[in-house]
Amino acid sequence: MSILREGWNRAQQPYREEEGVLFRWLHLDPWLLFALLLLLGVSVVTVYSASHQSLQQLTSLGMRIGLGLALMLIMARIPPRIYQFWSPWLFGVGLVLLFAVELFGHIGKGAQRWLDLGFIRFQPSEIMKLAVPMMAAWYLAHRPLPPRPLDVLVTLVLVLVPMGLIVLQPDLGTALLVGAAGIFVLLLAGLSWRYIAGGLVALAAIIPVMWNFVMHDYQRQRVLTLLDPDADPLGTGYHIIQSKIAIGSGGVFGKGWLNSTQANLSFLPEGHTDFIFAVFAEEFGLIGVLLLLSLYLFIVLRGLVIAVNAPSIYGRLLAGSLSLSFFVYVFVNTGMVTGLLPVVGVPLPLVSYGGTAMVTLMAGFGMLMSIHSHRPFLARR
Amino acid sequence: MEDGGHMRGLVLQRAVIAGLICFLLLGAVIARVAWLQVTAHERFASLAEQNRTRIEPIPPARGLIYDRNGVVLADNAPAFQVELVPEQVPDMEATLQRLATLLELDESELGRFRKTLKASRSFDSIPLKLNLTEEEVARLAVERPRLPGVEVQARLTRVYPQREKVAHVVGYVGRINERDLATIDQEAYRGTSHIGKTGLERFYEDRLHGEVGYRKLEVDAHGRTLRVLEEVPATPGEDIHLTLDLRLQEVAEAALGDFLGAVVALDPRNGEVLAFVSKPGFDPNLFVNGIRGGDYKALVENPDRPLFNRALAAAYPPGSTVKPLMGLAGLEHGLITPEFRMFAGPYYQLPNDSHRYRDWKKSGHGWVDLDRAIAQSCDVYFYDLAHRMGIDRMHEFFTRFGLGRPTGIDLPGEVSGLVPSRAWKRAARGQSWYPGETLIAGIGQGYMLATPLQLAQMVATLAQRGQPVRPHLAKDAVVEPLEPIVVRKAAHWDAVLAGMDHVINSDYGTAKVIRGAPYRIAGKSGTAQVFTVKQSETYDEKKLSRKLHDHAVFIGYAPVEAPAIAVAAFVENGQHGSGTAGPIVRRVMDAWLLGDFALKAAATDEQGEAD
Repeated sequence: MSILREGWNRAQQPYREEEGVLFRWLHLDPWLLFALLLLLGVSVVTVYSASHQSLQQLTSLGMRIGLGLALMLIMARIPPRIYQFWSPWLFGVGLVLLFAVELFGHIGKGAQRWLDLGFIRFQPSEIMKLAVPMMAAWYLAHRPLPPRPLDVLVTLVLVLVPMGLIVLQPDLGTALLVGAAGIFVLLLAGLSWRYIAGGLVALAAIIPVMWNFVMHDYQRQRVLTLLDPDADPLGTGYHIIQSKIAIGSGGVFGKGWLNSTQANLSFLPEGHTDFIFAVFAEEFGLIGVLLLLSLYLFIVLRGLVIAVNAPSIYGRLLAGSLSLSFFVYVFVNTGMVTGLLPVVGVPLPLVSYGGTAMVTLMAGFGMLMSIHSHRPFLARR
Repeated sequence: MEDGGHMRGLVLQRAVIAGLICFLLLGAVIARVAWLQVTAHERFASLAEQNRTRIEPIPPARGLIYDRNGVVLADNAPAFQVELVPEQVPDMEATLQRLATLLELDESELGRFRKTLKASRSFDSIPLKLNLTEEEVARLAVERPRLPGVEVQARLTRVYPQREKVAHVVGYVGRINERDLATIDQEAYRGTSHIGKTGLERFYEDRLHGEVGYRKLEVDAHGRTLRVLEEVPATPGEDIHLTLDLRLQEVAEAALGDFLGAVVALDPRNGEVLAFVSKPGFDPNLFVNGIRGGDYKALVENPDRPLFNRALAAAYPPGSTVKPLMGLAGLEHGLITPEFRMFAGPYYQLPNDSHRYRDWKKSGHGWVDLDRAIAQSCDVYFYDLAHRMGIDRMHEFFTRFGLGRPTGIDLPGEVSGLVPSRAWKRAARGQSWYPGETLIAGIGQGYMLATPLQLAQMVATLAQRGQPVRPHLAKDAVVEPLEPIVVRKAAHWDAVLAGMDHVINSDYGTAKVIRGAPYRIAGKSGTAQVFTVKQSETYDEKKLSRKLHDHAVFIGYAPVEAPAIAVAAFVENGQHGSGTAGPIVRRVMDAWLLGDFALKAAATDEQGEAD
């Protein structure tokens, strides 16, 4: 906590010379960078164990990490006003691509998420994880705050349209993250508590509608499975039962690195991707879990500090939203793996193997670094 | 617009609230993880262990059964079978075609293999053909390098090298079925496919089976074995050594010749069973791996009933072999003395009854005492004695010699036989006892029934002058001594045994045909009626079909001075105890006492007149 406080205090100070020429030149926040590197280290260690010590997977992970770090370095150097300027354009391109997926998308694992551009396949929904909060922040930054009802409505449309398209793919996990990122912008912009309360009520009212008309069978099944995983132990309940066995059998101190029997003997499906938290918990125990979650909390809080200290409204809203989205990743994933939440395809951020998620997340952190490092040398109040 | 005190404050306020919410939500996750890893740790740890490991039983090798001289009667022999592991076979069809040229494969084997193949996992080993011949094993061994995924596996299977010779003693094992499952400790039989069904295999199942061992294996989610974590070897079953002498068994079997029947030979001093023949036998090997329908039908529908263990499950009328017992009972009850004489005509009549109880000798025996009554097997003498003794005293005395209840031999399926009494007839038939039935019982006919084994025990008891022994086959069977039969005077034994001696060793004895051995035999012949002759007719064996001929019985022991063997022979439709059963007993005794184990049919004399 003292690190947090120090970071907070330091963030309160005008940008100081002694913070380090190197980091200033790189436009990086050393605290955040350190925490992220630590997390990527956890990823390397755990993926290696969970993927049956596959060097091939490790190499591939290393390349993604390299790509992510490079992207972060580049994006950190780009000043926030550039992002602000390009926000609507990126959003527009993302929206077009989402429609394109709907029309020509590649179908993988029962869902239509991929767009094949010939040389590369990627998920446009990943772009929206950044583009939606950017767009919302761009829109609100030009309006009086707290937002007026009309502005709230416009922002909601900007969030819900891409979200709806992603739900149609169907990719509930990403839709959730995209929606959350947009809503966080509204919340940080000072959305009045009455709207928030009203929104929660509306959400409660919409759930039955979602259940009956929007959700797919497999999604409904996942929710039912959460309520009673033992009802279908070999079907949809299998993941969650095996995951709980992995975590529970780890105990306080864990079985030790490479000793996860659940993952090594393939009892735990998706052990190196969405369910990597279970492998981590099995090998490193409650102590490891506490350290890992502390690390995540530190990153989120550091992001919030950066947000609070950001010189522009756009930067503030975007930085806050990105930090809180990151938290949503952590919470939804760990909640799912421990059986608190239904199974939703959300990876453990920066630790799970695979997907474009890692690259997107690193890009997001690049923006956070940019917002942090492009403050004027001496902030004036 | 770019900045504003209140905006900064607003984001700060919202950020703090958001941070707090994050903190709380992570707290919930931590609480959940702590519950899983601390509170419920034990449960999940054991579930993970169950996931990870599989216990595989190691069946024990079954104990072997040996005869008295160490000849194997029940063996475990390796049986070879060819098995295929699908994931190691590059081209299943080509491999099967290649195998078809090396082995004789019929359509049913291929069909069963394909069916199993579909239902199996790719790393399971699937048997294609069982019980390969040695030639097939050799051919496969040569081709092996060109046939990846094809394995020849050896398993132990039960083999009875003596086939039908000892089938009724050793019995057989068979596949464990539903009924067996209900009676056994299933844990102890994990991995075992066979269990003793009959004979010694069943009686000594607990000793022969051994103790199951196990292997703790690490397996992955597909059930594939990764390594052996722990191994507790199986304890093989105990070998059982018998008192039975296979050579004597063969001699007795051969001595029966073409007749059906049973021969039981005991050592009268300790109850050791030396030979135990029930003819015909059957090949127990047929049953081991499931008998084929046709074979089974042939055995069950065979009129000679080869599956029927005549030595202990067939109760025949003992006939005149009970006469020494009757004599002893008469002496004990003071109804006769050794010197008591009576005139025996061709028949006996009860007062106020016109029925004539005929003697087997149409002319009658004339004046007879106890010695002659036994030696000549005089029916009239014993009709009179039985009439005076009454059925209940007879029942009590016969029962002391082990008749009417199982001998307690270490084999399953023994029957009790029957010694009738008033109480039995009331209970079983709901009728009162007729005096005439006492007379018939007095010569071992009527309701009276005994197994060859019981008769062997009875004659052993006589040979030992009242010290009964329990027959047993296992050398180490625990046999607690039976209560001796105490008589009022030792002279009573002398009188009765002298009579049995004179059955053979006198000019008037019924079995004098078997005289001439270099040792002295005592015994008693008997005939069990299959067919009751009407009062007005005479029994003409030439007119009757052989199936209706009387059964011949002979019991005996030798040497008289120091009995070392007691034999009971029961010859179905053998007509006369002395003529057919006597020589069989003599043959067995010759083999045992003189060491002449040549196999030949006994020189029977079916035309002999004597009973």
